[in-house]
Amino acid sequence: MSTVTTTSQTPRARSAPSPQGRRRTRHWSQPRWYVPYLFAGGALALVLVMTLFPFLNTLALSFTDATMLKGGQFVGLDNFRALLDDARFTTALLNSTLYVVCVVPFMVLLPLVLATLAAGRGRLLGFFRTAYYLPVVMGAVASGLVWTSLLESRGLVNSLLSWLHVVGAPVPFLTDRWLLLVSAMIVTVWMGMGYYMVIYLAALANIDPALYDAAAVDGAGPVRQFRSVTMPGVRNTMALIAMFSSVAAFRVFSEVYILTGGTGGPGGSVTTMTMLIQREGTGLQAQTGYAGAISLVMFVVLAALLVLQLVVQNRQGKN
Amino acid sequence: MTAADTTTAAPRAVAARPRARHRVRPATVGRYAILVLMLVLLAGPLLWQLSLALKGPGDDLYAVPPQLLPADPTLDNFAGVIDRIPVLRFVLNSVVVAALVVGGNIVLATLAGFALGRLRWRLRPVATAVFVAALLVPLEAIIIAQFLLVRSANLTDTLLGVALPMLVAPLNVLLMRNAFLGIPDELEEAAVIDGANVWQRFRRICLPQVKGVVSVVAIFAFVGAWNDFLWPLVVLSSENSYTLTVGLNYLRGTFYDDPRLIAAGTIVALVPVIVFFAALQRYFMRGLEQGGIKG
Repeated sequence: MSTVTTTSQTPRARSAPSPQGRRRTRHWSQPRWYVPYLFAGGALALVLVMTLFPFLNTLALSFTDATMLKGGQFVGLDNFRALLDDARFTTALLNSTLYVVCVVPFMVLLPLVLATLAAGRGRLLGFFRTAYYLPVVMGAVASGLVWTSLLESRGLVNSLLSWLHVVGAPVPFLTDRWLLLVSAMIVTVWMGMGYYMVIYLAALANIDPALYDAAAVDGAGPVRQFRSVTMPGVRNTMALIAMFSSVAAFRVFSEVYILTGGTGGPGGSVTTMTMLIQREGTGLQAQTGYAGAISLVMFVVLAALLVLQLVVQNRQGKN
Repeated sequence: MTAADTTTAAPRAVAARPRARHRVRPATVGRYAILVLMLVLLAGPLLWQLSLALKGPGDDLYAVPPQLLPADPTLDNFAGVIDRIPVLRFVLNSVVVAALVVGGNIVLATLAGFALGRLRWRLRPVATAVFVAALLVPLEAIIIAQFLLVRSANLTDTLLGVALPMLVAPLNVLLMRNAFLGIPDELEEAAVIDGANVWQRFRRICLPQVKGVVSVVAIFAFVGAWNDFLWPLVVLSSENSYTLTVGLNYLRGTFYDDPRLIAAGTIVALVPVIVFFAALQRYFMRGLEQGGIKG
């Protein structure tokens, strides 16, 4: 026993008569120094090369006039100055910001209502929940195509509206600038409903049922119970979903791209930040330096969104 | 909680409910009315697309009021799409990409998660910080630099190039790390006493404990790879290497004048992922609850 100088803390491991333990003076969970690198090396290398290096490269690119065909010269803040005068950039920033402002409240509230109604046991409720999840699985491109056919001038929505005499002429969902943006938002919310509902379902399961009974005894109806028991009970989840859905909304690409047929709407007026990066930064004529500057702005906005949410969350937590 | 639990729990709930209560409360009626309305809104569009895909030349697509059931049902639209566009090739390409991404994430994230969660090494805090930092970098903001990288490796217009940036997601590494951290030390200590080396402890002791999380990682890696659009759109340039999402976009441009063919193409693209979802439905629900949010 005295010859074994292991650093092990547990008496069981110390008394273990394993031949390995006697020969080496290492803790049982410490194999040779390079072993952890064999385990983590692949993922570490890929993440360093495919994510962190490109990030630093984007940073560097944004201060150059590089194009797809030649490396650039350092130009200082020229790209960022040019951004301020670029109407396409201001439009994209506006559209992506509007997307966050309009989509997030629906993403936070509607799935919660849906989860409250669809929670519970029984085959029927299970069926509803599964069906609600379908749009999530479909993905943005297929969803975008389905909605394109629904919202066309002679599509289902317009047929229904004119059949019910709600409108006289077809609504230009896919050709009017603002209606296009609203249509894309509808697709985004449509796809997010089932996803966030499932997350709320998990949060709802943690609310003590006795609270509902107590509220019912006090004469609270379903709406009052929702406001006074459900909403406070899932407040942290609401904050989390607000954070994730606002980041996702600012990054929106596929829905808008598909609904506008890749054009960005009339005169490019429905372009979002990601669409602008894709447009400016790819192809043979691409201004990679300029696109890098747009990317950097996007990164800063997203980081600011995260920090903002964390600050708000912390303040709420303290009160 | 989820549909998975209902089968076992339902009989008890039914038995416990007094049979005499037949009166249906208005609140219940309202609840189911909203649930059905949401069903129409969320699943209806897919049903309409299916109906559109089955409508033949004898159907008036723009009839008012709209007709859900095709009067002249046909499968010709599917044949038409497959005939004129290599849809099945797109499906195959997407399967290859998804297989690479799922395999990469399972193997690499599990190994790295084990190293971060259960091994002690000097640079472990640094490595953990690297994955957390990478988690915060939005892919959209680095897509140009990633493209330059893939181009310098001569991987543009290849499926490997599509899969490469998604081969291991930092979030999956951190999910696996947390899963491995949750295993009680006693389990591993017992294995050490039996003389197990690191690989045996990983393979025989720890891995079986985190199988659930591995399946969650696999499922979301599959759906993520299958539905990814922006990156393949940037990397792929020739029709033969298109994945399904890029192919669908192309389909839209080609059959602009015939919604039936677009609908048929969409349905063909959706069949694999919906079958996948139907088969693994309970894992989807459980995964979201366990793993929290996946952005």
